[in-house]
Amino acid sequence: MWIKSARIVDPGQQLDFTGNIHIEKGKIKAVEKASSPMPGTMHEEVIDARGLWVFPGIIDMHAHLREPGYEYKEDVYTGSLAAAAGGVTTVVCMANTEPINDNPSVTKYILDKAEEAGLVRILPAGAVTKGQEGKVLSEMGLMKKAGIVAVSDDGKPVEDTSIMRRALEYAATFGLLLISHCEDRRLSEAGVMNEGALSSELGLPGIPSAAEEVMVARDTIISSYTSCPVHITHVSTQGSLEIIRNAKAKGIKVSCDVTPHHLLLDETRLYDYDTNAKMYPPLRTGADRKALLQGLASGVIDVIASDHAPHARDEKDLDFDVAPFGAIGLQTLLPAVLRLHFDYGLGLMQVLSLVTVNPARLLGIDGGTLKPGSRADITIVDPSTNWTLSEDMIMSKSKNSPFLGETFRGEVVYTICNGQIVYRKNGI
Amino acid sequence: MIWNHKDLISIQNLEREEIENILEMATSFKEISTREIKKVPTLRGKTVVLLFYEPSTRTKLSFEIAAKRLSADTVSLSVSGSSFEKGETIMDATRNVMAMAPDCIIIRYPYAGTPERLGKALPCSVINAGDGFHEHPTQALLDMYSIKERFGRLDGLNIAIVGDIMHSRVARSNVYGMKKLGAKVVLVAPRTLLPVGVEAWGVEVSSDFDPIIPDMDIIMMLRVQRERMKQCFFSDEREYTVFYGLDMPRIKKMKPDAIIMHPGPFNRGVEITGDIAYSPRSVIFRQVENGVAVRMTLLYLYLGGAHVD
Repeated sequence: MWIKSARIVDPGQQLDFTGNIHIEKGKIKAVEKASSPMPGTMHEEVIDARGLWVFPGIIDMHAHLREPGYEYKEDVYTGSLAAAAGGVTTVVCMANTEPINDNPSVTKYILDKAEEAGLVRILPAGAVTKGQEGKVLSEMGLMKKAGIVAVSDDGKPVEDTSIMRRALEYAATFGLLLISHCEDRRLSEAGVMNEGALSSELGLPGIPSAAEEVMVARDTIISSYTSCPVHITHVSTQGSLEIIRNAKAKGIKVSCDVTPHHLLLDETRLYDYDTNAKMYPPLRTGADRKALLQGLASGVIDVIASDHAPHARDEKDLDFDVAPFGAIGLQTLLPAVLRLHFDYGLGLMQVLSLVTVNPARLLGIDGGTLKPGSRADITIVDPSTNWTLSEDMIMSKSKNSPFLGETFRGEVVYTICNGQIVYRKNGI
Repeated sequence: MIWNHKDLISIQNLEREEIENILEMATSFKEISTREIKKVPTLRGKTVVLLFYEPSTRTKLSFEIAAKRLSADTVSLSVSGSSFEKGETIMDATRNVMAMAPDCIIIRYPYAGTPERLGKALPCSVINAGDGFHEHPTQALLDMYSIKERFGRLDGLNIAIVGDIMHSRVARSNVYGMKKLGAKVVLVAPRTLLPVGVEAWGVEVSSDFDPIIPDMDIIMMLRVQRERMKQCFFSDEREYTVFYGLDMPRIKKMKPDAIIMHPGPFNRGVEITGDIAYSPRSVIFRQVENGVAVRMTLLYLYLGGAHVD
């Protein structure tokens, strides 16, 4: 297959030029400037990509695909459809399924489902502790053999600091990244939105920023003490970012990701009590959002990940206090990244690195680049199209997006995974 | 008067002029309750549904009497706990109620925001009778009415609201309303019972009750819930009473014409001593009486000919 005359942007190789890509047997064979002569390609598929932008396939290192156990919210197949439609070719799926992915049989079950779906690459994260109960370490080594790429009790913190210490050491033993959900549950208590003037006004119980920050501080201290890496997921506050910046400056092996919704929305989105904007961590203040945007520019933030968290309409229709936390995001991850480029003045190369080469390096997986010899995971977008998110275009089983009705610039036209076209925009 | 609101969810959404109109109209509705036949045909044929998902004595009774004095039919439904605990969404629950074709739903709910969402989803009027820690607009209106009845105005008055501000929807609605009508509000509570970000409300905040007492025209005491003790918002009732309870020595420091209010129900011996509730300074029972008149006014505005779409 050939992709012809596209603007090719690959942060992994710092490439940004107009040219052609040659794909053979699921791998990138060559990437060349347009001036290079085109060989005879009569028998090969050619995508005419004039005016289009071509990126390495997007990696989403934080998603909940809900299978096994919560198939009424989402399953591996519908999650794969959503990913493909969003230009995401690699999805790391979290372990809080039912049963929890804390042993190799569950890992294998998910991977079998992914193969059946046959669309994008699904890489499971295993649980840190058995049953995500924070008490006994899970079978990280056996799960790694079965195919996990990281460990996380996401949805919950590992509360016991001594277990957290052992978990970091044990994960490092197997070369697995530990993805930490930072939340002091005693402090966040019954909270459902960011604690502050607005929560007091709306009469909703608040989640203090400190509930996140004390755990971020704890994790960086334990990481420093053990010299084991830790990855802080869905960072949402200015204070957390400050702690991470200082830790990085001291050489502590800490990395972090933020979500598109924390970058593009703030707590004022909750004025109408829209449960689609209820998530953990909660949308924070305008000042926090600004700090996160600055964190992108300064490079403290390593990754943007969706925290795709599908919930059924019946669940989100409940009272704000009792509706579950979470928003879907697989289809809006890349559009959000493009918005950061178009509307916030961030370099395309820079924002793309946060969803391609950076997560690939952190997880130690292949992909995330267009380097010859790599997996042929490629996302092609039309940068000139404006489109508005509506429920009928959402491929997930659940429709709980805080971006419904929002207009984005830049539309996915092709998603190629492992050399196969897994998504093609209607009419193309 | 043309009334442009379908729902009454919060005092925040009312203009000063609208609040003043309500308070003015309430006086003529109050007169109806003094007649021998306490009933007018204004809302004949209208159906009012009272949905109370939290226990209530005064508010529910008050709304029901108000509706009946205007000849509306009332249906009342008391549910303990939220619809969620019964396994259905609030939308499911109200869809059943909608089958009765009500003209108005009066709802009290344990969680903030649900009345607002219902109002947006349903064609009939929704009146918020208290939602979570959010707002209790009709209580604030009757409180303001009672103040105006005594002082003739709110402009320039000094009002202290004392107690569990954090968990009080009454405090929120009153702060918004009283400020709109030109009063100066001081919130008094231990730091643990003050909402985070309270500075943004444009009020004075103090944790020291005694020094402000001589300047106040109105002291409104809020109910302190005993379960807050276990949640570590304060130590015990004995200590709370010493610092934030209204007793005789404190009453003696009040201005000669200053009054005491309480939205009820009160905890005798905690935030207020029993004898004080019945003292001449207390307008606590006037508040209840005025509640009927204010709610008649609101039902008239939201259900009567004054409403335009």
